[in-house]
Amino acid sequence: MTRALRLFRRRLVGSIFVLLIVVIGSFLLLEAAPGDAVDAYIVSTGGDVGMIELLRHRWGLDQSELTRLANYLWALLHLDLGQSVTFSRPIRDVILERLPTTLILMGSATALSFGLGSALGIYAGARPGSFRDRFLSIGSLALYAVPGFWLGLVLIVIFAVDLRWLPIGGIETIASGKTGLARVADIATHLVLPVSALGFIYLALYLRMMRAGMAEAWRQDFVLAARARGLSRRRIVLAHVARNALLPLVTMLGLQSAQMLGGSVVIESVFAVPGLGRLAQKAVAARDTPLLLGIILVSAVLVVVINLLVDLAYAILDPRVGAGEASA
Amino acid sequence: MNRLRRFFHTPEAIAGASILALLIVMALVAPLLFSGDPQAIAGPALLPPFQDWSLPLGTDRLGRDVLAELFHGARTSLAVGLAAAAAALFIGALVGTLAGFAGGLIDEMLMRVTDAFQTVPSFLLALAFVSIVGPSLGAVVAAIALGAWTGPARVARAEVLSIRERDYVAGARVIGMHPLEIAFREVLPNALPPVLALSSVIVAAAILTEAALSFLGLGDPNRVTWGGMIAEGRAVLRSAPFLSVVPGIALVLTVLGVYLAGEGVVESTAVRRSLS
Repeated sequence: MTRALRLFRRRLVGSIFVLLIVVIGSFLLLEAAPGDAVDAYIVSTGGDVGMIELLRHRWGLDQSELTRLANYLWALLHLDLGQSVTFSRPIRDVILERLPTTLILMGSATALSFGLGSALGIYAGARPGSFRDRFLSIGSLALYAVPGFWLGLVLIVIFAVDLRWLPIGGIETIASGKTGLARVADIATHLVLPVSALGFIYLALYLRMMRAGMAEAWRQDFVLAARARGLSRRRIVLAHVARNALLPLVTMLGLQSAQMLGGSVVIESVFAVPGLGRLAQKAVAARDTPLLLGIILVSAVLVVVINLLVDLAYAILDPRVGAGEASA
Repeated sequence: MNRLRRFFHTPEAIAGASILALLIVMALVAPLLFSGDPQAIAGPALLPPFQDWSLPLGTDRLGRDVLAELFHGARTSLAVGLAAAAAALFIGALVGTLAGFAGGLIDEMLMRVTDAFQTVPSFLLALAFVSIVGPSLGAVVAAIALGAWTGPARVARAEVLSIRERDYVAGARVIGMHPLEIAFREVLPNALPPVLALSSVIVAAAILTEAALSFLGLGDPNRVTWGGMIAEGRAVLRSAPFLSVVPGIALVLTVLGVYLAGEGVVESTAVRRSLS
């Protein structure tokens, strides 16, 4: 356990460094954007030229770039992301309100793509080179070529417009007054289409990785040994071949989280899901750069946290990870 | 010649190459076949496909020729996909070679920057970049390249790390070559093959990202894009789903073609490697 913790601490230090670079990068982008916070404030509230100078001075915008960067970092340390012009509210609050929705969408989509993807990968990898293996390989490639937003539209046409089985968008029925389990069920039916659109695209990745890992594992000596011991084929496939191919998929979960977040931007806009992605699109439409960069910072933190957790899980699952470092 | 024959060995590679060839022809003949502005009104609005043979695929909400838009969209998709991938591979090879060859603090810093770029969702980064710089073809290409160079950089670095210990690199040092010259004239060219093997995946991702950006209205407004066509068709999704479905199928086929052809190339070179 200390081995895993030590690894975790080392990763944590590295992550803070990475986040610092992301912050500096987003500060530079903010500087490059036309207009500053005072311009935005004046546009939304009105005011005269004298006030502009006063505000610039008071908000420290007339200072050198380095001082402003320091102020920006200081504010971030206090979890202050600034004020959103479009919402006239602190950016932090606006983002935190929408974060749970995106997390539910991402979590369900990840579960779908990981679960179904690795299951189909095991099915394909159980007999490398067979017809079903080739069929699934080509099929998953075709799925990987589908743009998520287009798949979403097609799903809407089929299941919401033609068949009328599922709602066309949104996260729950507006003003339905539902509470408790009924509300959960309502949200779940609203999530079926967006989760499918997001999850099916990335399913191919896990399928192909699982299949490749299994094709590799079949050649290993321990498979031969398992065969020699007379184990059933089913047991060899599941307990020996698939198990060894599963570990890299766990790492992929972490690496994929950034892609998933990016993908949810478009999916949320297709299905009008009120999450971070839709907020990002609103920020772009309203030219609210501080809000957009706030979303980027929060997603970067999210990705870092997910990857730290995945690393920790990996270290616990695989006793070889970090063993060398612990003794050093 | 032998390698070409090996490439066309699998049906997948043949299919991929045919799709790509068809696409390139579409992109090339688009200005000849549909010489006018594809965004100009060509007929009555929302004409269903296969009704009027001068407008085979019908018209969209504003009466624009869908087939002409499809052909011109192929131009944008291919141009953006190839340009963004080329830029990403170039930046990646440059950063990876510098990091791997210099080592030490430079390596450490460059790799942390790479980590940072991988931490930020690349689509959000592209969104922010285009919204700050303003939507134009160049901005879209730069925005996509900005999120795609990290993969090539990591592969290039790993390759350089092994190449820089080879004898011919030591030889170049002994004859007094400048380290930068060694890095870019001796090491980089030899580190390129595995980096270039990534190109099909990067081109495919770039085409998909461009489509998503245009779908959200952040593409170049003066050009027809498949993503933009899908967004246009979305307004009449109930009555004319065709308008969104057709450009989507074009996108799927294009990306699939790129993947299949890419796999064909990798496989034909892999066979060569295992034979030698």
